[in-house]
Amino acid sequence: MSTPYAKLPAWADYGLIPLINLFVAFVVAGFVVLLVGENPLRAAVILVEGAFGKGTGIAFTLFYATTFIFTGLSVAVAAHCGLFNIGTEGQAYIAGLGIAIVCLSFDSTLPWWLTFPLAIIAAAAVGALWALIPAYLQAKRGSHIVITTIMFNFIAASIMVYLLVGPLKPAASQAPQTRNFLAGAELPKLNWIIELFGAKIRSAPLNVTFLLALVMAFLVWLLIWRTKLGYEMRTYGHSPKAARYAGISETRIIIPAMMISGGLAGMMALNPVMGDQHNVAIDFVSGAGFVGIAVALMGRLHPVGIVLAAILFGMLYQGGAELAFEMPAISRDMIVIIQGLVILFAGALEHMFRPYIQALFASFSPRSVGMEAVKGKGA
Amino acid sequence: MDVFNAIIQTLDSTIRLSVPLLLACLAGLYSERAGIFDIGLEGKMLVGAFAGAAAASVFHSAFLGLGMAILISVAFAMIHGFASITHRGNQIVSGVAINFIAAGSTIILGQAWFQQGGRTPALQPGERFEAITLPGAEAIRDVPIIGPIYAELLSGHSILVYLAFLMVPFTWWVLFRTRFGLRLRAVGENPAAVDTAGISVAWLRYRALICTGILTGIAGAYLSMVQNGGFVKDMTAGKGYIALAALIFAKWKPVNAMFACLLFGFLDAASIRLQGSPLPIIGKVPAQFMQALPYILTVILLAGFIGKAIPPRAGGVPYVKER
Repeated sequence: MSTPYAKLPAWADYGLIPLINLFVAFVVAGFVVLLVGENPLRAAVILVEGAFGKGTGIAFTLFYATTFIFTGLSVAVAAHCGLFNIGTEGQAYIAGLGIAIVCLSFDSTLPWWLTFPLAIIAAAAVGALWALIPAYLQAKRGSHIVITTIMFNFIAASIMVYLLVGPLKPAASQAPQTRNFLAGAELPKLNWIIELFGAKIRSAPLNVTFLLALVMAFLVWLLIWRTKLGYEMRTYGHSPKAARYAGISETRIIIPAMMISGGLAGMMALNPVMGDQHNVAIDFVSGAGFVGIAVALMGRLHPVGIVLAAILFGMLYQGGAELAFEMPAISRDMIVIIQGLVILFAGALEHMFRPYIQALFASFSPRSVGMEAVKGKGA
Repeated sequence: MDVFNAIIQTLDSTIRLSVPLLLACLAGLYSERAGIFDIGLEGKMLVGAFAGAAAASVFHSAFLGLGMAILISVAFAMIHGFASITHRGNQIVSGVAINFIAAGSTIILGQAWFQQGGRTPALQPGERFEAITLPGAEAIRDVPIIGPIYAELLSGHSILVYLAFLMVPFTWWVLFRTRFGLRLRAVGENPAAVDTAGISVAWLRYRALICTGILTGIAGAYLSMVQNGGFVKDMTAGKGYIALAALIFAKWKPVNAMFACLLFGFLDAASIRLQGSPLPIIGKVPAQFMQALPYILTVILLAGFIGKAIPPRAGGVPYVKER
C-alpha cells in the first residue's frame, strides 16, 4: 500500500516500527491492568511464564499459533491485493461444514492420513467458495468487499447454527454440535517434538496442522514474491489504475486472490476441529478470524512476520489463560483489548511514530532515508 | 381482533427493536457522508451502553448515565478520528480496532468495578428511562382501531424512542438545509474542493465524527437503560453491523435510513414472534433465516439488483493536502 511518507531502511521499516507500535500497544494495555487494580509487570511475567515456562504451555502456544498463522496468511494474501478480507471468520466457520462432511463420512473407514488430505481439500474449497461471491461482486459489480464479507460472516453464522442445531446434530444429543469423530479423523499430536527437548507435556492439542501452516506460509511467500499472479496482485494492490494500464484484468486478480484467502481461512478450521475438539461445534472459530487481522498487520503482511506474530498471539492466548487463573480480575477478554490495541497501533496508527523516527534517522545519516544531505525539505 | 392485536404488538416491538439501529445508522450517516467509513459503530454503541448503565447505577440518575454514554462514545469516535484523519490511517482497520477495544474493555472494567460477571448492577427505577404515556392515551384506549394504535403503538415508549425518530427530520435538515451539512457532504465527495474554499477538511471531519459519537452513545444508552435494565457483555450483538447494512440499504439518506431500520427491526420482531410457528403458503421458516435476511438483502442490494448503492465518493480515503 502506498504511503505519503519517505523511505526508511528496511530493517527499521520491518523491524523497528512494528516493535515500537507493539511496545506502545502493551504500554496502553498495561494502563488498563492498572485501572483494574493489578500490577502490569507481574501480569506480564505470569503471561510469559504461562506461555513458555513449561512444555505444555509451549505446546498450547504453538497450537493457538497454528490457527493464527492460517487466518493471518488469509488476511495478508487479500491485503497484498488491496482487499480487506474481514470475512476470514465466516470463511473458516463455514469450512467446518466441509470438514464435517468429510470426517463424518470417512472417519470409520479411512486412516487419518487419508482423511486429512480430503479434509484439507474440503476445507479450502468451502472457504474459497464462501469468499468467491464477495470477490465476484467486488470485481464485477463494484460492491465494497469489506461490507459484503461482514455480511457473509453473519450469513455463515446463521447457516452453521441452523445446521448444528438441526441436521448435523445427532438425534439423541442436546449439545449443538456434530457427533464426535472416530479415530480415522483424529490428527496425530506433535507434542513429541517438544518432548525431544526434554520438556514434559501432559496433554496439549498441538498437531500436524502446525506443519501444514508452516508449509502454507512458505507457499504464500512463493505466491506473492515468486509468481506472476503474486506480482500482479501486488501491482493491483499498490495501484489499481497502474494495474489496469498494464493490462491486468481486475477480475482475474481479485477472484483468485480472494479464493486463496478464503481457502487459507478455511484450512484454519482443521486445527481446532480435527486436531483438538474432534467435532464441529457452534462458534468453534471464536474470533480467530479477527485475530488474523491483527496478526497480518503486525507481521507486515510477510509470511515470516506472520508466523512470528501468530506465535506472539498464541503466547497471549495461552499466557492469558494462565493469567486469568492467577489474577481473577483479568479474564481472557484482556487479550481482546490487547488485540484491539495492536490493530490500532500497528495498523491504523502505523504512521504515528514514523515522522519522528525519520527525523532521527535523517539527523544521523541522511542517506539512509533516501535524502541528500543538503536538501532539508523533509518528508 | 386477535390478528389485529398481534399485528399491533409486532409493530410495537418493531419500533423498539429498530430504535438502536436507527440511532446507529444515523450516526454512521454523519461520518460516512463526511468521507469516513465507520466499521466501529458496534464498538461505540457498546462502550456507550456500558458507560451509560455504569454511570446511571453509580450516580442514580438516568440523565447522567446518558451524558456519560455520549461522552465515552464521543471519546472513542475521537480515537477513530485521530487515527484516520490526523494520522491518515486505514479507516477500516481503525474501526475494527475500536470494536475490539470496546468489546474487551467493557467486560474487563465491568468485572473489575461491579464483580457481576461483566454485568452492571440492575438499574432501579429513576436510573433508567421510563415509558412516557402520551396525553389522552388511556382515554381512547378502548376506541376500536385508533385506540390501540395510539395507546399501544405510539404511546408508552421512553423519551429516547421519540428522540430517535425526531433525529430523522433533524438530520435531514442539518445535512441538506444548513451550511454545515452542505460542507459535510462536500467533504465526503470532494475534500480538495472544500480545502480550496479555505475550510479545514480535518476539523469538518472531526465534527462529523462528534455527531457520530453522540448518536452511537444514545443508541448504547437505549440498549442498556431502556431495552435492558443494565449492561450485559456483548449486548450490541452485531447491531452496529446491521446499522451499517441499513445505511447502505438507505443509500446514505436519512429518511430512507428510517425505513431501512424499521424493515430490519420488523424482520427481527417477526422472527421472535414466529419462532417455530408456520407461515401460510411458505410453511415453517427457520429463525436463522429470518436473522440472516437483513444481511442477505444488503448483499443483494450491493450486488446492484435493487437499485444501485453509490457511497460518498471520498469515503475511506484519507485526505492529503497537496504539497
